[in-house]
Amino acid sequence: MKTKEKQGVGQAHIRVDGKKKVMGQARYAGEFTLDGMLYAYVVSSAVARGKVSGIKTAAAERIEGVKGVMTHANRPSILSENDDDWRDQIAPLGRPFRPLWNNVIEFSHQPLAVVVADTFEAARCAASLVEIEYERGVHTTDMVAARKDSYHPPSGKIAYNPPPETEGDPEAVFATAERKIDVTYHTPDHHHNPMEPHATLAHWNGDKLKVWTKTQGVMNTHGFLAGAFGLDEEQVEVVCPFVGGAFGCGLRPQYQLVLAALASRAFNAPVRLTLTREQMFSFGHRPYTIQRLRLAADESGRLNVFMHDADGETSKFEHFTETVVNWGASLYPAEHRKCTYNLVPLDLYTPLDMRAPGGATGVHALECAMDELSYEVGVDPLQLRLINYTETDPASGLPFSSKELKACYQRAADSFGWSRRKPEPRSMTRDGKRLGMGMATGIWEVMYMGATVKAEWKPDGTAVISTASADIGTGTYTILAQIAAEELDISTDQVEVRLGDSSLPQAPIEGGSMTAASVGSAVKKASSQLRKELDEESSRRKSGHSVTVQNQPGEEEETHAKYAHSASFAEVEIHPVTGSIRVSKLVIAVAAGKILNPKTARSQILGCATWGIGMALQEESVLDQAYGRFMNHNLAEYHVPVNADVPDTEVIFVPEEDKEVNPLGVKGLGEVGMVGLSAAIVNAVYHATGKRVRHLPIKLDSLL
Amino acid sequence: MNNSSLNKVSFTVNGQTIEEEVASWVTLLDFLRERLHQYGTKKGCDHGQCGACTVLVNGKRVNSCLVLAARLEGKEVTTVEGLSSNGELHPMQAAFLEHDAFQCGYCTPGQICSAVALVEEGTASTRDEIREWMSGNLCRCGAYNNIVDAVSEVLDAQKGVRV
Repeated sequence: MKTKEKQGVGQAHIRVDGKKKVMGQARYAGEFTLDGMLYAYVVSSAVARGKVSGIKTAAAERIEGVKGVMTHANRPSILSENDDDWRDQIAPLGRPFRPLWNNVIEFSHQPLAVVVADTFEAARCAASLVEIEYERGVHTTDMVAARKDSYHPPSGKIAYNPPPETEGDPEAVFATAERKIDVTYHTPDHHHNPMEPHATLAHWNGDKLKVWTKTQGVMNTHGFLAGAFGLDEEQVEVVCPFVGGAFGCGLRPQYQLVLAALASRAFNAPVRLTLTREQMFSFGHRPYTIQRLRLAADESGRLNVFMHDADGETSKFEHFTETVVNWGASLYPAEHRKCTYNLVPLDLYTPLDMRAPGGATGVHALECAMDELSYEVGVDPLQLRLINYTETDPASGLPFSSKELKACYQRAADSFGWSRRKPEPRSMTRDGKRLGMGMATGIWEVMYMGATVKAEWKPDGTAVISTASADIGTGTYTILAQIAAEELDISTDQVEVRLGDSSLPQAPIEGGSMTAASVGSAVKKASSQLRKELDEESSRRKSGHSVTVQNQPGEEEETHAKYAHSASFAEVEIHPVTGSIRVSKLVIAVAAGKILNPKTARSQILGCATWGIGMALQEESVLDQAYGRFMNHNLAEYHVPVNADVPDTEVIFVPEEDKEVNPLGVKGLGEVGMVGLSAAIVNAVYHATGKRVRHLPIKLDSLL
Repeated sequence: MNNSSLNKVSFTVNGQTIEEEVASWVTLLDFLRERLHQYGTKKGCDHGQCGACTVLVNGKRVNSCLVLAARLEGKEVTTVEGLSSNGELHPMQAAFLEHDAFQCGYCTPGQICSAVALVEEGTASTRDEIREWMSGNLCRCGAYNNIVDAVSEVLDAQKGVRV
């Protein structure tokens, strides 16, 4: 007897939007057109601080097809004067940037003019002919030099947790401790560099504004546009069915959105504005961090002092905060603990959440420091983590809702062959190369927000799920179809999912690894309600029926600490003469609650692995301090991993049941696999070479 | 001032004959996207650094952002839209779908065109060779393992080579 293939949750279903993607039919923001559409091209500032003293546009305007040049001096005066109107859902405290507001320049590559023409080529050519005269100011972009100006951040940004309380007397105990390390790590600026650049097509129909724009949250963009342009919510529509990668850079609306809408108004035509790759380096980025870790342990390796102090970069107009120093306090108990986090203001654009914000950098330094401590106390690095393992969260004192981290360590270590590792650095070789093995822990907080979903039953026996969420490549379309299919007892292919349109029921931004939990739980609730109403009155199956259901997490006090965990094991081969480094093996075990789709889940973790390799060995946005600008603003000089950089990677999902986190029992996967992975690689490099590199990325000259 | 002198050019895109006056500054990529409105071919960097715009010209893979449309006289261009026939996926498209060899999908048309050409080139027969010869196509989502799986499967089936 042929058994029915399992449908719904847990099925390794291919992506429901995959056929469109492999056929080139998925339509991204910059690929919509309207009759009479004009093309816009941004002219960017060559200086990091100062004023525009003049803009000469005559040469640009002589190019055939050019409609005009929009600057701060001639833009439509329709923008709100009020900072609050410019503050999107995840804006940090401070003064949001307003493009073409006035003649003040606050960062290099700031947009200063927009050329509009009837072809892309004419707009690009004319943009190169716009001459800007500057009154140059003095800029500060050197993080190390500017640390003297560091300050305690005001709280206020979504998903930011201030450091945990100090416990005991860490400074005094550390001063007299016998087995201790005191180390400082630097992590550089990174840029998200999704393959799809930011783009917006804007169109005014009377006083109504419709945009097709790259965003991780159509509702966030919708509210932002209404605020910035002083419109009622019903006057704005935001569409974004597909997102060509974002990794955080689509969380906040970017300036091309405002400029396209302004230009469309100014030239009375639909206007499409796509940023160049170079301009993709002109806004939010992962901030530089400088982190000092002071750890002390007893002779068995048990931590008694834990101190993590970090300085993070921000702009001079907003207080960007991310959770950098808190992770150790939720991984390892220590009687004496202190964590501090301060901001260093620079003349750069405000940083922006980038895949595993705060965790990628904070846990990197933490897990490298734990590796250093393991050598200091003479305990195997994995053993050191097990000695300091905890079943309750030391930071909050609450039990974990679930924590299969120990199983992650064991299964990954077994599969990796950790027991073959000789403890001494420089003690292993393979084919004339130095061989190194390193490991690290990953942790990510589980987030869960409210969302609204419409679930519709069609007379033909199919269903439609609608919500203003996004699929940024994470598989949202697919897992939502699976969740609905399970509740409605139909096949996944019989569910159509509609996302990325502000006219659909409200959903939060697609970030923080919370979409499966937040929107998924709402889909489960809506589909279950629909099923109930269909069962109550069976004629509804023939006539069609729909429900719109809001799911809102309870507001009762937390009784559990909620985290996903991972364990990463890396092997590197290093050429003894050239120092060239190759990651030769990776094993990642993840405990993140229920896995909705093993196929797309594995892809998430493979992506995390790739990002970890990039962070450890390649990625760095290099500032030229003389100009105050990122100089390697292209994909030839900003190195992201290529196919040949990534070895066959083993992904293990450790079963984990969690009844506390959300109705689905999922914890999110987009970030936890990246957290700690760079540390595993850096620790492997130490094991291979005996060289401890505390500035990322590790480059050839770090080892010579 | 006019920097856009016109050139009469005749070539094919996915079998369809194109006869147009093309301005000399128009790349094949922008011609496909903004003149033909075939947006399957993607723009990721416009500098030949990312491979998202990869198409086949006379069967060879090229970065279409580095080719001027006016230089295509007599050439045959194949894009991702031309790989499937009658709704039937090309084996490489099917393999990418089955192996989840993408996430956001933006680099995917370029990856697939590149992989189709790679199989024809016959340069790769091991997983490491596939990695090397597919390294001109960046994937920021990091689907490389799955891309190698997909290309291996097609190589295996078409050439009978075990990789």
